[in-house]
Amino acid sequence: MKITINGKETELAENRARTIDSLLEELDVSQRLYVTVELNGEILDRAAYETSVVNEGDVIEFLYFMGGGAR
Amino acid sequence: MNDQQIERYSRHIILKEVGGKGQQKLFDGKVLIIGAGGLGAPVALYLAAAGVGTIGIVDADDVDLSNLQRQVIHFTADIGKPKVESAREKMQAINPDVKVVTYKEWVTAANINSVIADYDFVIDGTDNFAAKFLINDACVLAGKPYSHGGILQFVGQTITILPGQSPCYRCLFPQPPPKDAIPTCSQAGVIGVLPGVIGSIQATEAIKFLLGKGDLLAGRILMYDALGMKFRGVDIKRNPNCPICGEHPAITELKDEVDAMTVCDLKGA
Ligand SMILES: [Zn+2]
Repeated sequence: MKITINGKETELAENRARTIDSLLEELDVSQRLYVTVELNGEILDRAAYETSVVNEGDVIEFLYFMGGGAR
Repeated sequence: MNDQQIERYSRHIILKEVGGKGQQKLFDGKVLIIGAGGLGAPVALYLAAAGVGTIGIVDADDVDLSNLQRQVIHFTADIGKPKVESAREKMQAINPDVKVVTYKEWVTAANINSVIADYDFVIDGTDNFAAKFLINDACVLAGKPYSHGGILQFVGQTITILPGQSPCYRCLFPQPPPKDAIPTCSQAGVIGVLPGVIGSIQATEAIKFLLGKGDLLAGRILMYDALGMKFRGVDIKRNPNCPICGEHPAITELKDEVDAMTVCDLKGA
């Protein structure tokens, strides 16, 4: 299954259904507990990570916390 | 404008998007920079050079040797000096026309409204999520446009927030991460030039806002990867469930909240 993650076309290993939660685990995404996921242009509520299913052709963005700046 | 000012700003004045009128808008403009560190440094230097008439700068810290690798407004001789004083000296040395207002304090729920009230545009150049969420909440509730900036290691991000019109920081990140869950620059490192790139973009947004020219970085988060040398913009919509600017906001007043946050609080959000 092909999806686009942060602008990069990505081939997922098997053609099985997976939720956002399982995708985060499978890809070992950093800040996994806190990352914001945008699925096809919509920001998902964290509660929806368990139920939203990843489909062929989906466009997914992971948005990360970044502090930095003053000190 | 006197002859000296016409010469000083001549490269602005010949731009059709600026001109004498635009330069006057910059003189009349008031920008608040929260954090006189890596991000605040280029913002303060460029806004002073540009002739933004009133620039506020907020930071309770003193200059430390480890700051100098990236906080280019502070010099070796400034170590131990309040950052806001060190910044003011350089800004006024660049441009004596500019009024610099210093606040040697941290922003808190108790003081932030009175600090931001006098300004047209706010720059978030802070390093911690308590401050970033507080700035977002205060600016959204006050209807004050602001620029968010974040940096870590070799990556940075920035977005401009026009309250009520474009998505806010909580539309993207409804709740702060638990304390110490996300590494800071002092823990994880940061390449010194990175805040120069992100801060310069934040300064550009402030200037465009004051001029009323161009398209602001609103509704789109810009991400910069210095190692890959790539910029990417991701379009973001307002989140109807946003806890502060959504359809049924849970946050209606400011509070200092982050230190008490736990993972359980975050999951409950
Ligand atoms: Zn919002």
